[in-house]
Amino acid sequence: MAGYVSAHRQGSATLPRRRLTEPALVRWTLIGIALAFLALFLAVPLVMVFSEAFAKGVDAYWAALEDPDALSAIRLTLFVAAIAVPSNLIFGISAGWAIAKFRFPGRNLLITLIDLPFAVSPVISGLVFVLLFGRRGWFGPWLFDHDIKIVFAVPGIVLATIFVSFPFIAREIIPVMEASGTEEEEAARVLGASGLQTFFRVTLPNIKWGLLYGVILCNARAMGEFGAVSVVSGHVRGRTNTMPLHVEILYNEYNFQAAFAVASVLALLALVTLVAKAVIERRLARSLAAHDETAAPESA
Amino acid sequence: MSKSNRVLPGFRITMAFTLLYLGLIVIVPLTTLPVESITMGWTAFHRTLTDPRVVASYKLSLGASFVAAIVNGVFGVLVAWVLVRYPFPGRRVIDALIDLPFALPTAVAGITLTTLYAPNGWLGAPLARHGLKVSFTPLGVTVALIFIGLPFVVRTLQPVIEELDLQVEEAATSLGANRWHITTRIILPYLYPAWITGFALSFARAVGEYGSVVFISGNMPMRTEIAPLLIITKLLQYDYAGATTIAFGLLVISFVLLLAINGLQHWTGRRLAH
Amino acid sequence: MTFRSSLRVAALAALATAGLASAAQAQTLLNVSYDPTRELYEAVNTAFIKDYAAKTGKTVKIEQSHGGSGGQARAVIDGLDADVVTLALAYDIDAIAKSGLIDPAWQRRLPDNSSPYTSTIVFLVRNGNPKGIKDWNDLIKPGVSVITPNPKTSGGARWAYLAAWEYGKRAGGGKDAAGKDFVAKLYKNVPVLDSGARGSTTTFVQRGIGDVLLSWENEAFLALAETPGKFQIVVPSVSILAEPPVAVVDKNVDHHNTRAIAEAYLKFLYTPEAQEIIAKNHYRPRDPKVLAKYASALPKLTLFTIDDAFGGWQKAQAAHFADGGSFDQIYVPSGR
Repeated sequence: MAGYVSAHRQGSATLPRRRLTEPALVRWTLIGIALAFLALFLAVPLVMVFSEAFAKGVDAYWAALEDPDALSAIRLTLFVAAIAVPSNLIFGISAGWAIAKFRFPGRNLLITLIDLPFAVSPVISGLVFVLLFGRRGWFGPWLFDHDIKIVFAVPGIVLATIFVSFPFIAREIIPVMEASGTEEEEAARVLGASGLQTFFRVTLPNIKWGLLYGVILCNARAMGEFGAVSVVSGHVRGRTNTMPLHVEILYNEYNFQAAFAVASVLALLALVTLVAKAVIERRLARSLAAHDETAAPESA
Repeated sequence: MSKSNRVLPGFRITMAFTLLYLGLIVIVPLTTLPVESITMGWTAFHRTLTDPRVVASYKLSLGASFVAAIVNGVFGVLVAWVLVRYPFPGRRVIDALIDLPFALPTAVAGITLTTLYAPNGWLGAPLARHGLKVSFTPLGVTVALIFIGLPFVVRTLQPVIEELDLQVEEAATSLGANRWHITTRIILPYLYPAWITGFALSFARAVGEYGSVVFISGNMPMRTEIAPLLIITKLLQYDYAGATTIAFGLLVISFVLLLAINGLQHWTGRRLAH
Repeated sequence: MTFRSSLRVAALAALATAGLASAAQAQTLLNVSYDPTRELYEAVNTAFIKDYAAKTGKTVKIEQSHGGSGGQARAVIDGLDADVVTLALAYDIDAIAKSGLIDPAWQRRLPDNSSPYTSTIVFLVRNGNPKGIKDWNDLIKPGVSVITPNPKTSGGARWAYLAAWEYGKRAGGGKDAAGKDFVAKLYKNVPVLDSGARGSTTTFVQRGIGDVLLSWENEAFLALAETPGKFQIVVPSVSILAEPPVAVVDKNVDHHNTRAIAEAYLKFLYTPEAQEIIAKNHYRPRDPKVLAKYASALPKLTLFTIDDAFGGWQKAQAAHFADGGSFDQIYVPSGR
């Protein structure tokens, strides 16, 4: 299901000739309706985040970001993403290799299970970790005796974040690995390359854009998660508040402008994600096309 | 791809790691829900799930998600069609912007939509003058769910529209069919499987949504209380069994939807392949 | 981007990445509190850190966590390692005690039922009081929109609910049915139920929803100070004496070796210095001298206690806020 965000080959379709399209009036009416809908649901909210963030001027904006609690929230968010994204990256590559390069029974079920965190309500993603590691959870008493903190501390936040951002990299890599086939790797092996050499010299160059694409999606989800993290955080200021949670706290403190200031940083992050996504999409389409061209004569 | 690939190494180790990681991060945590629900016993389980307030929250979560998915279904076709077929200035920017609801943290979406649609907000004020309340009503919940589900229909339809064979349209035109006929008889039936998939994705995503809805919903029992919020509310009242049961119900719904979607994608893939 | 702001971006990035593990060496105390006490404990903590350093020469760091009272208690039960809890009502601390983290006799360990201050529920209305709200019975009139949080999750909302019930009961000749009828009518006028007191204040103050907010007294004063000239406080004829209690979380402090500081912290709340801070934040201090000094700032009204009117929190909770209790019956009349 997470595969929905799969890169599409943007603009690769040739535009139809004149007689195969609607009259200009119909065309522009449809464009108008589509743009009005998108403006109402996408552009206006985006503009409002920044307008509210700067409602009290630039200095108030910076003051909100330089607040120690805001800084610690930014730090925690970066820290959590710095663990969650590489973990899911390793998993994604491993799952991609096993699923895309080999056939085995239960393959479709495995893919569905990888998708599961995407469909599960974020609240549930947090709840299950409380049920496991909370003081009254399955492992709670043992953890308490050994003085190990998981929920209401950073490890719990990391776990919940890994859970919600789990499918993205794997689901991006699988189709790209499938598309590049196994012939090149097999050739490398026959020529005497080791397994790791094959992976780094042959596979990785083929999947690098898909990989990067998955990393960006995974990172966006990891930094922005609210529901799951909210359940396991404990909301200790300066210690277990991530940026989205800090936004909520400020919002509840009559501090709208500051809430939107921190929110604007997250919105900026979202915009950077979109730009990176668009750029990579184009590279990905190009590299796949190039691969098709070089692959075609070989297989013939 | 060969059926048993003996040349390539690493199947065992990558498979083992994949299953281990999947098990530790996803499967073990999620099994807490059925296990905890079973330990509370059937009568308590049944009573929680048939509690009028719980039923109302499921109805709202499913109902609002359905309406939102329909809205996204209608406008999604339109947006996807316009973005693929019609050249206009700024098309690439708009195309990139479609994924905003996916990239924007839900909490940011929540406070933004609430501020926007509150009776004194940019959009809420003019609507309120016409007697239409959005924030803190089921309508507000639906608006938030439209926002978060928006990319799904567009993104599933775009590649399919790109693949549409222009020769078929051309042939139909030369046989005398007008655009209306071509649209209703050829194009829409062709898009149908992908549309259903996009609709189901949008719906599934909305059913469990929390962050963007919780600010705008108003949390009224029986009226604007969504199921994920009721889980949190139960949790805040030390009612773990109740929270777990509602969560389990929601998990089953998500899983069924997921299976349906993967089945649908299979179908779409076959339709595209021929 | 100007040079100055790009400099600030750089500085911000440096600050954000520098020292992820900048854990101070000082002993740390975690105070898990309810929603409206953010400003209070910010001031109290500064004063206590100074006082403690002067008396013992030790530095201490105090961390805060705020949220709806019930949810905070739940987090502590599930393992949030609070050293002290300062919640909205005794029932929530009792719940923690029931899980074995706090001595069941906690309420007798500190003076005044372990409540270093009291507060009450008042009405906040829009300036000029356009709906002419004077007392509880004005709230059930048709067309009056009342904002209050969800009693299931908010401590303040439970106090407000019980105050309304008792008013209705007294007006109806002391019958429970009259109380029930009154709150049912009252909640018919409630369009939004936020999960905590702060959420409700935001809904009322910032969103402009509702004619009257059932508010903690201190929240009402804070709203006046934040947005001067837009609201006014209406004091009802009777209300409830809210006693927000505090307790050391025994098992956690023994685990962290922080009992001495935790106890010193809670005792500090009873000192004249802290009582001054309490009064300045519009809570009602226990210290008679401080109370006398600030008497003019605190509106006079008849206050009843939960013990007198409802026989204590355990009974009140079971009758009204447990699943199927009187609050649920408002929304699902059939009940269970």
